[in-house]
Amino acid sequence: MTVASTPASPAAAPTLEVRNLRTHFFTRAGVVKAVDDVSFSIGRGKVLGLVGESGSGKTVTGFSVLGLVDPPGRIVGGEILFQGRDLTKMSEAEMRDLRGNRVAMIFQDPMMTLNPVLRVDTQMIETVLAHKKVSREEARQRARDTLGMVGIPSPDERLKSYPHQFSGGMRQRVAIAIALLHEPDLIVADEPTTALDVTIQGQILAEVQKLATTTGTSLIWITHDLSVVAGLADEVAVMYAGRIVEKGAVSDVLDAPLHPYTFGLIGSVPSRNKRGEPLRQIPGMTPSLLNLPPGCAFRTRCPRAAEVCMAEPEIRELAPGREARCFRPMNEAAEQAA
Amino acid sequence: MSQAAIGGAATPAAPRKDKVETPFRRFVSEFAESKVAMFGLIVFSIIALIAILAPWIAPQNPYDLAQLDIMDGRMEPGTVGGAGFTYWLGTDDQGRDMLSGIMYGLRISLTVGAGSALIACLVGASLGLLAAYAGGRTDSAIMRLVDLQLSFPSILVALMILAFLGKGVMNVVIALVIVEWAYYARTVRGTALVERRREYIEAAQCLALPTHRIMFRHLLPNCLPPLIVIATMQVARAIALEATLSFLGLGVPITEPSLGLLIANGYEYMLSGKYWISFYPGIALLITIVSINLVGDQLRDVLNPRLKK
Amino acid sequence: MTVYLVRRLIQALFVVLAMSVIVFVGVYAIGDPVEILISPDADQIERERAVRALGLDLPLWQQYLVFLTNAVQGDLGRSFVFNEPALKLILQRMPATLELAFGAMFLSIIIGLPLGLYAGLRPNSPASKTIMAGSILGFSLPTFWVGLMLIMVFAVQLGWLPSTGRGETCSVLGFVGLTSCSSGTQWSFLTLNGLSHMAMPALNLALFKISLVIRLTRAGVRETMLMDYVKFARAKGLSPSRVTFVHVFKNILIPVVTVVGLELGSTIAFSVVTESVFAWPGMGKLIIDSINVLDRPVIVAYLMIIVLLFITINLVVDLTYSMLDPRVRLESKA
Repeated sequence: MTVASTPASPAAAPTLEVRNLRTHFFTRAGVVKAVDDVSFSIGRGKVLGLVGESGSGKTVTGFSVLGLVDPPGRIVGGEILFQGRDLTKMSEAEMRDLRGNRVAMIFQDPMMTLNPVLRVDTQMIETVLAHKKVSREEARQRARDTLGMVGIPSPDERLKSYPHQFSGGMRQRVAIAIALLHEPDLIVADEPTTALDVTIQGQILAEVQKLATTTGTSLIWITHDLSVVAGLADEVAVMYAGRIVEKGAVSDVLDAPLHPYTFGLIGSVPSRNKRGEPLRQIPGMTPSLLNLPPGCAFRTRCPRAAEVCMAEPEIRELAPGREARCFRPMNEAAEQAA
Repeated sequence: MSQAAIGGAATPAAPRKDKVETPFRRFVSEFAESKVAMFGLIVFSIIALIAILAPWIAPQNPYDLAQLDIMDGRMEPGTVGGAGFTYWLGTDDQGRDMLSGIMYGLRISLTVGAGSALIACLVGASLGLLAAYAGGRTDSAIMRLVDLQLSFPSILVALMILAFLGKGVMNVVIALVIVEWAYYARTVRGTALVERRREYIEAAQCLALPTHRIMFRHLLPNCLPPLIVIATMQVARAIALEATLSFLGLGVPITEPSLGLLIANGYEYMLSGKYWISFYPGIALLITIVSINLVGDQLRDVLNPRLKK
Repeated sequence: MTVYLVRRLIQALFVVLAMSVIVFVGVYAIGDPVEILISPDADQIERERAVRALGLDLPLWQQYLVFLTNAVQGDLGRSFVFNEPALKLILQRMPATLELAFGAMFLSIIIGLPLGLYAGLRPNSPASKTIMAGSILGFSLPTFWVGLMLIMVFAVQLGWLPSTGRGETCSVLGFVGLTSCSSGTQWSFLTLNGLSHMAMPALNLALFKISLVIRLTRAGVRETMLMDYVKFARAKGLSPSRVTFVHVFKNILIPVVTVVGLELGSTIAFSVVTESVFAWPGMGKLIIDSINVLDRPVIVAYLMIIVLLFITINLVVDLTYSMLDPRVRLESKA
């Protein structure tokens, strides 16, 4: 996009930079710190994998970026810089101009994201018309082209259908098409392939990757599936209990995780080379965000937990381009072993 | 998605601090959380007291013709009558003190309403339990009947029955019972179907306890919460329906006027501006029904965990 | 679709038959019309002649068969009181009742939907709390008493509206109803005078439904607002009004329309009360009068017509529902 202040080089000004974001939910039972001090950034055309278990705050992070956090939730601190502009300080009207236009979102369950009582063309055309002053016919043309782009055969007919006449995979393609209508600079994709068959998942991943590289769209790909991240993302950020515990380039993080949690996550993915070995698993359960243990939130499940973990760890750079929130990271273990 | 997860995680928290918390105490304290509901409960208690004590606290016995003075007929509220006391709410065409009339009318309305609700509850709950416990043909026969009846509005069923039976207090009670039993049956069956799959019923069956004992001593107590809610609401409905039927001239006889009949009696004088004959009984009816509904609303919120926020 | 329709029609037929037995036995087995219809001074021969003329000497099942055969031919017996065909009596009064019921349903949607929508979108605002309190009142207020109060305020005190009756129906309508007031279909809502007569009864009858629509709409809005597709619609950058009026509203319209449609039957049944209060010459007032004098053919005819009406309404609502909701439409086609 050329609208924003032209950056000197893509690396210097990332498409999105989130700094110390904190989104809390003020429930009757107490304050739920769903997102607590989260920072990351994404360059133009890059894909960031946001990984974590359910309830780790990754979806809320996504909603925060789009300004779609509903009461009792609220962004209580931090900055979300999109092309240099802080989204947390924008008015609702300004946000609405961005949503679906420059920043789009794809939801997890394709069965739920399309309105069941509106035809697909209605739902697509309204999105076009919300941001562009074009005729209805031009909007329809745009909708048709985009449907074709995401691989939906005979888009003309499909436009006149209702969502329930599509399969799950097709619906997700429609949702992706809607997100792509305005060629956004950033797409937040919240586990868009989790609810789909593996084959469909593969197709969609391949197409999204192609789109990202050709259009220069940046992607936040929220998922709990490390294998998806491995094939798709440039960088990865791992979330646990509302915080990012580790981030870095995908290959680095997956090959040599620093945080014990990441290590555990990778270990619990079944793969061919580990056939016959018992799967490692992380003991215990994700703690309730209402009463986190003091100190490191992962402490109670961590095989490397020690006295020092009773204090609150800060996220710090442990290696070039590698950050983790841990007092006793895995690379020390490796050093000790060596 | 994850917002819902957070909400779900939040529910089991918030433990109460009091050490001697019995389910009943918790129920009471949760009920008392709503000031409106407490207000409703207090108002209803007062109304019930008035109805019970009517013969002792009413200025006049409105049924004793000897006490009535036809010369005092249709007096405005606040007038002092021939008998020497003030008619605070005026008099009707017979010279009957409206305040006394309302107190006695409340008695009849509450008796008929609560009585029919109680009988309907017994009948409906038993049939509902039976349907759930027996299952199969018994169940489908009972539920077919319930469905058929609930597909017609209460007023129509009541009209039909009164058309069959004619007027009278007993017939009104029968009509109300027939109108209402289906609600109880449906509610109890629904809960009982869930409860009977629980382990404690299996345990009771393993002990070879007699069926009626399992049904009434084990199953029924666990179906009580929704039953109480329905019963409260149905008392209010029964009172309103009785008033309506009496207003239409199909309910209680003139010798024992309920609130509905009092209102009907004032109808013809309404057009000449003598509003009080219909107005005050209506207010009494309204306060009664609203106070019961307020209590019922809160009961539903407290006793139905599904609706808890 | 056709199979579905045929099956529904057969089901309906059985319900009608069952109800006809219940109604007939109920009405004819209890009470004695001879007592009411023949003067106590009449001698034995006169009584017997009357009994035979009315067919009351036959065994009950024969009376039922005669009733059923005649009913199929559209003859539901003659009113003991009016000495006219019961069916004709009821059909004459039906337009008045239908007009009142439709008026009430119109009001309930016009008033209830916007209020419920508001209360659903801003559940914590004082205005919403007032609306919800009002709806509790609407459920609790006895209809007949509200009717009386309406008369007292608007007819007696303010003198704005006529208290009772149906007003002009035929004279203004000239080209339709000049011939006679007892035949042809008469409508009040076509004349200003008729409308002024209809306003209070329709509002009175609508009161309960307004509360119902408010509650349904509010609950529907609050439920729909939590749906992913609403959030997705917002994520598309749509204006709040488009999200509300297209995405939310269209979804809640389906259950609300269904319930309001289903309520048509109960509205007609409850018009019994309103018609009595406002002396509205409809079927409801007729049935009350007939019960009071034990005019059995009219009672039976009324109940049968109501049963038929209910079954028809249920069928129509089901079909409308399947047209409104595309998901149902597909299932019934397949």
